[in-house]
Amino acid sequence: MSENPLRILAVASGGGHWVQLQRLRPAFAGHQVTFVTVGPCDTSAVAPAPVKLISDANARTPIRMLWLLLRMAWIVLSLRPDVVITTGAAPGYWAIRFGRWCGAKTVFIDSIANAEQLSLSGRLALGRADVTLTQWSDLARDSGPCFWGSVV
Amino acid sequence: MIFVAVGTQLPFDRLVRTIDEWAGKAPGRDVFAQIANGVYTPQHIEWARSILPTEFQASLERCQLLVAHAGIGSILSALELGKPVIVLPRQAALGEHRNDHQLATAKRFGARGMVRVAQDETDLRRLLDQFETPVSETKITNEASPELIQNLRQFINQATCYKRGA
Repeated sequence: MSENPLRILAVASGGGHWVQLQRLRPAFAGHQVTFVTVGPCDTSAVAPAPVKLISDANARTPIRMLWLLLRMAWIVLSLRPDVVITTGAAPGYWAIRFGRWCGAKTVFIDSIANAEQLSLSGRLALGRADVTLTQWSDLARDSGPCFWGSVV
Repeated sequence: MIFVAVGTQLPFDRLVRTIDEWAGKAPGRDVFAQIANGVYTPQHIEWARSILPTEFQASLERCQLLVAHAGIGSILSALELGKPVIVLPRQAALGEHRNDHQLATAKRFGARGMVRVAQDETDLRRLLDQFETPVSETKITNEASPELIQNLRQFINQATCYKRGA
């Protein structure tokens, strides 16, 4: 841990989103990280960092989306993170919305799978996250998203 | 062993059927396929609808080749272990996904030489036949690019200043 470890909340849906989030771990070194992802998931991959499991939702599952929103609100408000980092999708978007309410610095990293246009959650994150990133330099715009590199 | 994975969310019968029929033509090929909720059930290969993340990882470690949809999770997990990858991208026009982002993913990773891309079923059979002769492969680290890590560290450090100033 560094002199002043920060509380980082690192959020991802399952599958590729979660694989990409794990590849960012060197950036979190020295800080206190809590991961949030969708189960089933091999939590030993990020041990000893704690992992909270959630159920995912998308635009076509409104009831699940409401449940996800409430669950993320609870996780974010009880943890009070200094930084929220997400690789998408919907859970990350909500983590950013609630993260900003409690003063966290927030960054939304759109999946490397979105090579031709930003995802829906990425477009929603634009202007809401402190920084929204694309992983493809040709998708970057002055008004956002930015390009800071990729997970590969 | 050839490991076939279609991801957890959607079926991908076109991929599963092509590999099953290919394996049927030369018995003795060791293939294990994760097929999700596909309608087509394989006749010539071992299969399961879903497997746990730990089993997925174990199958990847054991395989000599991954054949998958063009999902980022499958591709990156295999490359981290230095396993060769053939992808058949899902197509929206065939009802295989909501949009064509897998075509873009396949094209970009293919252009970097990280995966081999099958354009269609015929192409997939050709790539599978070719694979009988092993080739050297890309292996990637398990970390994001140094550029992205460095930028995120800077972002996090700025949050430290922000916290101290508060």
